[in-house]
Amino acid sequence: MKLTTAQEGGKLTLSLTGELDHHEAKALVRKLEDCLEAAMPRDCVLDLGGLRFMDSSGIAVILKLHRRMNTLGGRLTVENVGQQPLRVLDASGIDRIVDISA
Amino acid sequence: MNELNSVRFEFPSLSCNEGFARGAVACFAAQLDMTLTELGDVKTAVSEAVTNCIVHAYPDTVGPVILRLRILEGDELEIQVKDHGRGIEDVARAREPLFTTGGDDRGGMGFTIMESFTDSMRVRSRVGAGTTVTMRKRVERRRKAR
Repeated sequence: MKLTTAQEGGKLTLSLTGELDHHEAKALVRKLEDCLEAAMPRDCVLDLGGLRFMDSSGIAVILKLHRRMNTLGGRLTVENVGQQPLRVLDASGIDRIVDISA
Repeated sequence: MNELNSVRFEFPSLSCNEGFARGAVACFAAQLDMTLTELGDVKTAVSEAVTNCIVHAYPDTVGPVILRLRILEGDELEIQVKDHGRGIEDVARAREPLFTTGGDDRGGMGFTIMESFTDSMRVRSRVGAGTTVTMRKRVERRRKAR
C-alpha cells in the first residue's frame, strides 16, 4: 500500500496504490490523519485509482477521514473508484454519507 | 453435490495472511473461468471471513485458520473458513449490518458483504469452540462467442 499526496491551494489529494485490507488499514489511517493535520485542507480528495483491491476495512478508513474533514469544516470526496472497490462501497451504502465517483 | 476438486490451507491468524488467502482463492478459482466481477466477489468474501478470524476469533492470541476450497459439480465454488477461537454468542445479531464488537476500526459490514457477494452463507459457531463460515458462489456460464 502506497500513499502519495498533492496539495493545491486548499485542496489536498491523497492517492492510494495497492491493496487496502485490515492488515494495511491501521497504519494507513495514522498516515492519513497526519496528512490532514499538516495540511488542514478545505477540500480533501481520496483518489482510489491505484487500488487493486479493497474490502470493508476501506469503509472504516473512508468514514474516519470523512469525520475528520467534518471537524475541520471541510469536505471529503472519493474519486476514481474501480469496479471491485465500488461494489464494496455500494453494498455498504456509504454513498449516502460521502461523495463517491467512479 | 459431487466434488470435482478441493484444496485446504491452514495458516496462523496473522493479518499478513489476509492477502495470502485472497491470492489462494483467486488461483484455485481460475479453474472455473470466472468473470473479473465474480473473482473480485470471492476475493472480497474470503478477505472478510479471514479478517473476522483475526479480529474476533483470536482477539488476543494467534490461532489456526483453516481455509477449504471446493469446486462442485455445476460450476460452483465452496469456500469454508474455520477457526477454533472464541466463537460467536449471537450469530443472528453478528450477521446484522453495522453490528461490530471490533470497535471504531471495523465497519461491521463483514457478514453483510460476504452474504451479498455470494449465493449462500452458513455460519456455525459455538462459544469457546470456534466458528465455521461456509459460502457458495455459482459461476455464470459465459456465452461462447459465435
